[in-house]
Amino acid sequence: MNVVEKYTITDKLVDQINALQLPLWGSAYRKAAIESFKKQGVPNRKNEEYKYCKIDLILKDGFVFNSTKKITTEQLNKVNVLKDAITIVIVNGVFDASLSSLKDLPKGLIVCDIKEASEKHKPVFEKHYSKYADINTDPFIALNTATATGGAFIHIEKNTVVETPIHILHVSTTNENSIINPRNLMVVEKSAQAKIVESFVTIDTTANVFNNALTEIAVDEQANIQHYKLQDEQEFGHLVNTTQIQLEKQSVFSTHNISLAGSFIRNNLNIILNNEGIESHLFGLYITNNEQVIDNHTLVDHQKPNCNSNELYKGIVDGESAATFNGKIFVRKDAQKTNAFQSNKNILLSDDGTVNTKPQLEIFADDVKCSHGTSTGKLDEEKIFYLRTRGLSETSAKKLLMFAFASEVLNDIKIESLKEYLEERILKVFQ
Amino acid sequence: MLSIKNLHASIDGKEILKGINLEIKAGEVHAIMGPNGSGKSTLSAVLAGREDYEVTEGEVLFNGKNLLELAPEDRAREGVFLAFQYPVEIPGVSNINFLKTALNEIRAYKGLPPMEAKDFLALVKQKQQLVELDGKLANRSVNEGFSGGEKKRNEIFQMAMLEPKLAILDETDSGLDIDALRIVANGVNKLKTKDNAVVVITHYQRLLDYIVPDFVHVLYNGKIVRSGTKALALELEAKGYDFIKTEVNA
Repeated sequence: MNVVEKYTITDKLVDQINALQLPLWGSAYRKAAIESFKKQGVPNRKNEEYKYCKIDLILKDGFVFNSTKKITTEQLNKVNVLKDAITIVIVNGVFDASLSSLKDLPKGLIVCDIKEASEKHKPVFEKHYSKYADINTDPFIALNTATATGGAFIHIEKNTVVETPIHILHVSTTNENSIINPRNLMVVEKSAQAKIVESFVTIDTTANVFNNALTEIAVDEQANIQHYKLQDEQEFGHLVNTTQIQLEKQSVFSTHNISLAGSFIRNNLNIILNNEGIESHLFGLYITNNEQVIDNHTLVDHQKPNCNSNELYKGIVDGESAATFNGKIFVRKDAQKTNAFQSNKNILLSDDGTVNTKPQLEIFADDVKCSHGTSTGKLDEEKIFYLRTRGLSETSAKKLLMFAFASEVLNDIKIESLKEYLEERILKVFQ
Repeated sequence: MLSIKNLHASIDGKEILKGINLEIKAGEVHAIMGPNGSGKSTLSAVLAGREDYEVTEGEVLFNGKNLLELAPEDRAREGVFLAFQYPVEIPGVSNINFLKTALNEIRAYKGLPPMEAKDFLALVKQKQQLVELDGKLANRSVNEGFSGGEKKRNEIFQMAMLEPKLAILDETDSGLDIDALRIVANGVNKLKTKDNAVVVITHYQRLLDYIVPDFVHVLYNGKIVRSGTKALALELEAKGYDFIKTEVNA
C-alpha cells in the first residue's frame, strides 16, 4: 500500500519561503525560525491556543509573500489619524521613507527602518532583536522572524522624554492574496519616556491580506511607556499581531488595544515583568459585527516581587461575529507581594454572536493579591427604558449605553487627539 | 389633557388595573393614593410605556392622541414625564450629555433645530438652581453613586430641563428626609404653570403638605374607589387605608 504524504498548508508556505529572496538583515535568525515554523506549523482548531481561529482556512486559499503595491501621500493622509506625530509608515511590511515624517527628531530619539538599524545601530539591534519573542513558543513569531522584510526601529536613549507621540502606521494594500510580516523593535533605555501608537489599516485592496506583525518592546529601569494599538482594517484585513514586552525594574507600561474592524484579528500580547516594582496596565476594546472574528490572548508574567498588573478588556459583539478573550496571568515562585487584577466584560447584542472568555491564573507564590472576573450580558433593558422615557429613541439609548461601556477603556488614553478620534470613530461604528 | 377611560392592564396574565377612569386638565394637580399593591406604580408604568404590561381594555388619550399607541420616547416627546420611584444608575453616561441628547431629540420631533451649546448650558444652570442640584452632580454619570435624595432631585432636575406638559411623580417622596422632600416639592411647585399638570403618586399624605393637590383619588385593587379634595388625603392619614378597604369590601 502506498502512503501518500499530504502536502499541507505549512509545507506549501515553507516551500514559498525557501524560494524567497529574503533581505540580509536579520539573516542570523531566519534559518532557525524557518525550521521552527515548519515544526510548529500553521495552527488549526485542534491547537488549544488557536482553537477559536480558522487560520488554516484563511491561508488555504493560497497567498503570496510581500505585495509590492504602493500608495500615494493623498491615500495615506485619508487614513492617518494622528497628524501631529512622528510618523513611520510601513507599507506591506516595508518601510517607506517618502511617506514617513522623521525630520527634526528630538535629541535622544532614533526612529528608522529596522533594516537601517541592523547596520547603523548594530550594537543595540543585536542586543535586543529577537531576544524577547521566542520563535519556539508560537508559529507566528517563527514565521515573522523567518520572513520579516522591514519595520520600525525606535531607540529612546537614557533620560530622554519624548513628548510627541511616535506613530507606526501599518498600511496594507494589495490586489492578490498576500502575507506580510512587518517587524518592529523598540528599545527604551533607563528613565526614558514616550507614547507609541501602532495603527493598522488597509487601503485600495481587492484581495486578502494576512498581516503577521510582530513588535518587541524592551523597557529598561524606571522608563515609562504608553503603548496604543489601533486595528481598523477593511474586510480584507486579517491580522495576527504579536506584541512582546520586556519590563525592567520600576518601569511603568500601559497598553491600549483597540480592535474595530477587519475580518480576522488575533492579538498575542505578552508582558514579562522581569524585575521588581513594575507597574503595568492592559486595556482592550473590541467591537465586532457581521462575521468578524477577534481573538485576544494576553499573558502577564510576574517573575519578581512587588509588581502590579491591572487588566481590563471590554467587548461589544453583534451579528454573527465571535470574540475570544484568553487572559493568562502567571505569578512565579519569586513574585511575592504581587497585585494582579484582570477583568473581561462583554455585551452580546445578537443571538448569533459568540463570546468565549477564559481567564487563566497560575499562581506559584503565596503572598499575593490576584483576582479575575468576567461577565457577558445584554444591554440593560431598564436603562434603555429610563432613557427612552426622557425622549431618546431606542437606537440613541443603546448607542449611549454602548458608548458608556466603551468609555471605560477610552478614558485612560492620554493622547488627547487619539482619544477624540476614537470617540468619534466608535460613535460611527455604532450607527 | 389626559383622559383615561376604563383602563385594564395586566402583567404575566395577572390583571392589576381593573378599569381606571381619570380626567386631568391643564393647570391641575392630582394625587393618587392607595395602599401597597393597589396598582399605583402599574398605572405610572403603563402611562410611561413600559412594555412588560399588557393593556387589555380601555383607552388613554393625551391631548387627543392615543397615548397607548406611542413608543415611550414619543410619549416623552409629546410631553409626558415620569419621575421614577427607583431612578436608574447609568455609569459612564453623563447627566448633561444625556439631557442634551434628550432635549435635542424632543426638539427634532417638534421640527425644531438642535439647541445652541451656549443656550443649553444657560438652561442647565438655571434649572440646576431651581432644584438646588449641585453642579457637580449635574456633570456626573446619571445617578451613579447618588444618595436617595440626590436621585430624586435629579429626577426633578430632568423634569425641569424637559418641561413636560404632564409630570407623573411616582412615589417621589419615598426615602426622602424632610429637607430633601421640601427641596423636591419646591422644585415641582416652581415648575407648575396653568398649562401643565402634575400627578403625584404616593402612599403617604406628607408630600401633599408641600405639593397641594386639587384632587385626590384613592386607588384600591386596581380601581379608583374614591375621589375628593385635599380633605380626603387628610382623612386617609387619620384613619389609615383600612377604612377604605372595609368600605369597598362591604
